[in-house]
Amino acid sequence: MSLNHDIEFTLNGVTRRATVRVNMSALDMLREVIGLTGTKYGCGEGECGACTILVDGLSLNSCLMFAVDCHGRDVVTIEGLAADARADALRAAFVEHGAVQCGYCTPGMVMQASHLIATHPDADAEAIKRGIEGNLCRCTGYKKIVDAIASVNSAVKQGATP
Amino acid sequence: MTEIEQYVAPSSLEQAAEYLRSGEVTILAGGTDLMPQSQGGRLKIKRTLMNIHHIPELKGIAIDGGEIRIGALATITEIMESDLIKKHLPILLEACDHFASDQIRNAATLGGNVCNASPAGDMLVPLLVLDAEVELASKPNGSLSRRRMPLAEFFVGPGKTRRGPTELLAGLRIALPPANHYARFFKFGTRPALDISTISIGIAGMLKNGALSQVRVAFGAVAPVPMRAPRTEQALEGKRLDAAVIDAVADVARNEVTPIDDIRATAWYRKELIHNITKRMLAHVAQS
Repeated sequence: MSLNHDIEFTLNGVTRRATVRVNMSALDMLREVIGLTGTKYGCGEGECGACTILVDGLSLNSCLMFAVDCHGRDVVTIEGLAADARADALRAAFVEHGAVQCGYCTPGMVMQASHLIATHPDADAEAIKRGIEGNLCRCTGYKKIVDAIASVNSAVKQGATP
Repeated sequence: MTEIEQYVAPSSLEQAAEYLRSGEVTILAGGTDLMPQSQGGRLKIKRTLMNIHHIPELKGIAIDGGEIRIGALATITEIMESDLIKKHLPILLEACDHFASDQIRNAATLGGNVCNASPAGDMLVPLLVLDAEVELASKPNGSLSRRRMPLAEFFVGPGKTRRGPTELLAGLRIALPPANHYARFFKFGTRPALDISTISIGIAGMLKNGALSQVRVAFGAVAPVPMRAPRTEQALEGKRLDAAVIDAVADVARNEVTPIDDIRATAWYRKELIHNITKRMLAHVAQS
């Protein structure tokens, strides 16, 4: 039997308690303990970005984070982004630009994109490519994703979205 | 087989050092190495798993008595965004820029990169040419004590350091470089992101009249540890960097490294890279 530990943290704006194995990843906790399966398992070693979440406002690979380390922190997953007004523009842009094909990378890609927009609203196409270099997509060839993020960034700059 | 018996998250260095006295402690910082290594069976978590995230003494980047102290918990992102680092140690930014991905830079700590002691660790080569020292804390006889050690002596093999089982890396210390200090870093990989370096090179020294003195050269991923290169340093020391000197130094560099063949490159190719990129970097020095 592995050692368990009780943690309390903010998940998508709501205080949550969970009992987790001390060597469990935050990704396994989200999917298996809490039941939020929007965050995907891709590679399990931080190469693909499918498991990207926001912790205290920073994007992280949840597969590399210990679940116990979520204690006391503010965690946002793709489910939580649905309540964020800026996510509406981002979601619409992904649809409009055809940035979703098989969809597996999309939750992580959208989380990283939202972090990028929040921290680098002036990012041009090159900076966007650098910003999503930790997210792999095997379908789109990235151009549509970069275009989608760039369109939100330029809209933000023009004050068209919150 | 030993199971994890306790999880602790101390809020002071004092408490952490107390837990470490048992010597059976695995330290958790960013987790970006510990998680894949433990899940992949390459590392076994000891009886106590200790999360050091809540220890204020391990955080921050500050000037302290003619030195910059970078707390062990400073993340790669924090280093990249630090005005102090931008101003005094820009070579570290060159290493941060090609360090993994945004997600990993947001979590990975400098202390973790140092203690993980990969021969290819991105921050280690620049830290070596900056003459960084590690600051180790422990509680050998009931009271907290610290010792310092040059980073160049810290690494003993892949994943192995001179940090004792009861010690915690508290931070890195780097003397503030004087005005004519020159330091550059180059990492070669097949893509800029998320690539373990094929080779990396750091060159530093005092630059005057086209010559470097007090030269520091370090190489990554070409030996069991990130290595200082004393023969290459000696070949460079005080010499005006004309084409003949640059050629000669690049030859010395190629012969000083002892790389292996692995999935990223053959030993031969690594030696060629060391030669060619040392040459290229020295040509840059000569022009500046």
